[in-house]
Amino acid sequence: MESSGVPTAAPVARLIELFTRLPGIGPKGAQRLTYYLLRVPAEEARALAAAIIDVRDRVGFCSTCHNITEHDPCLFCSDERRDRSAICVVEEPLDTLALERSGVYRGLYHVLHGALSPIDGIGPEQLGFRELVRRVQAGGVREVIVATNPNLAGEATAMYLRQLLVPLGVRLTRLARGLPMGGDVEYADEVTLARALEGRQEL
Amino acid sequence: MRPARVYSSEGIVLKQIRLGEADKIVTLYTPAQGILRAVAKGVRRPSSRLAGHLEPFTHSHILVARGAHLDIITQAQTLHSFRLLRDELWRSTAASYVAEMVDRFGAEQLENRRLFTLLADTLAWLAEAAEPGLVLRFFEMALVEVTGYRPELRECADCRVVLPPEGVRFSAPAGGAICIGCARHEPGAVSLSLTALKVLRFLQRGDATQARRLRLEPWLQDEVEMVLRSYVCHLLERAPRSLAVLDALRRDELTPAAT
Repeated sequence: MESSGVPTAAPVARLIELFTRLPGIGPKGAQRLTYYLLRVPAEEARALAAAIIDVRDRVGFCSTCHNITEHDPCLFCSDERRDRSAICVVEEPLDTLALERSGVYRGLYHVLHGALSPIDGIGPEQLGFRELVRRVQAGGVREVIVATNPNLAGEATAMYLRQLLVPLGVRLTRLARGLPMGGDVEYADEVTLARALEGRQEL
Repeated sequence: MRPARVYSSEGIVLKQIRLGEADKIVTLYTPAQGILRAVAKGVRRPSSRLAGHLEPFTHSHILVARGAHLDIITQAQTLHSFRLLRDELWRSTAASYVAEMVDRFGAEQLENRRLFTLLADTLAWLAEAAEPGLVLRFFEMALVEVTGYRPELRECADCRVVLPPEGVRFSAPAGGAICIGCARHEPGAVSLSLTALKVLRFLQRGDATQARRLRLEPWLQDEVEMVLRSYVCHLLERAPRSLAVLDALRRDELTPAAT
């Protein structure tokens, strides 16, 4: 396990090696994290180790909406107070948290775990569209809100959803795209401005 | 003299890769220096002034600061957004294929103005075409032409005999059409009808105005596609990733076919 040629205790070298594999962590950062963990109280390091094990062993995917969850069905799907006639389609689990923070949406979710991106080889088969169709076909859903990102992959996903769900007779809506809060008309690109004009509202 | 710290360029965005919290590495194709990769900071935040000008397929004018490792895009202004490409799934998928091919066939720090023009013209054509087939076939043939991989379609690519009208085969490893005699030691060679051979020669002339008027029967369209696809996949040594998605959409009948 000795990559640098400098003698280090084998467990230390192993932890450095494993940290290096994490996204955004280089060899120096891995060393710093490892030596930090050697200095902190043992309980703190154990708590971190236990949390990593828990997150892998106890967290799975909700069989209905595919969100990450400890219990199946997830907190959203099992909450009787939520509006079951609306499904909001998002790309990633973190997007549900962002929408929850808005405090406006009270319906259910469906997490695709990605977006259509031909250049990355991600096509319809790689995403959870089939389960979404099943949910809509099962009845009781009045509206599907497409909350994919307003970029190429998110737009492609929205167009695919349109072709998939409109024939099922469900109301399909898309989050408005336009100028962001704190934005600047001068710097807006023409696509955003065109969409903002299309979606303008009575004052 | 030291190179300028900041330079400006125009370019068409081919793809983006996420970098860190809110940044992206943007790959553009530029007329003067081929493929250009540069960091666009903060473009994943909604308030980014750059993001909308650096979406894939956007033709933009950019200002770039030289960085220690990667250059950094400091300003961007859309010249042409090819907005119609984003309004239909098959158009944006076909455009992704075009962008991927230019990314694979192009090179960094290598001027190829013909390839830049081909990319811009192809995106413009795709934005208004009724179906993608002909656009992509014209693009594939022009792409191998401007990058120096022109396939041989007049003489046998192996023995240089003038090709007869009957019994012609196509072999990607041989570099074009071959005669039936040479086909014996080219195991992967596929048969090539005279009509398809003529279409390939017509595409090779590179006349987009005439090509736009071309109408091909579905079987002929399929044959030409198969031949060109085998050729570009051979040159790339693996199939482009967007091909699978392109095929999946066609299978689900989400792509208009030639009429």
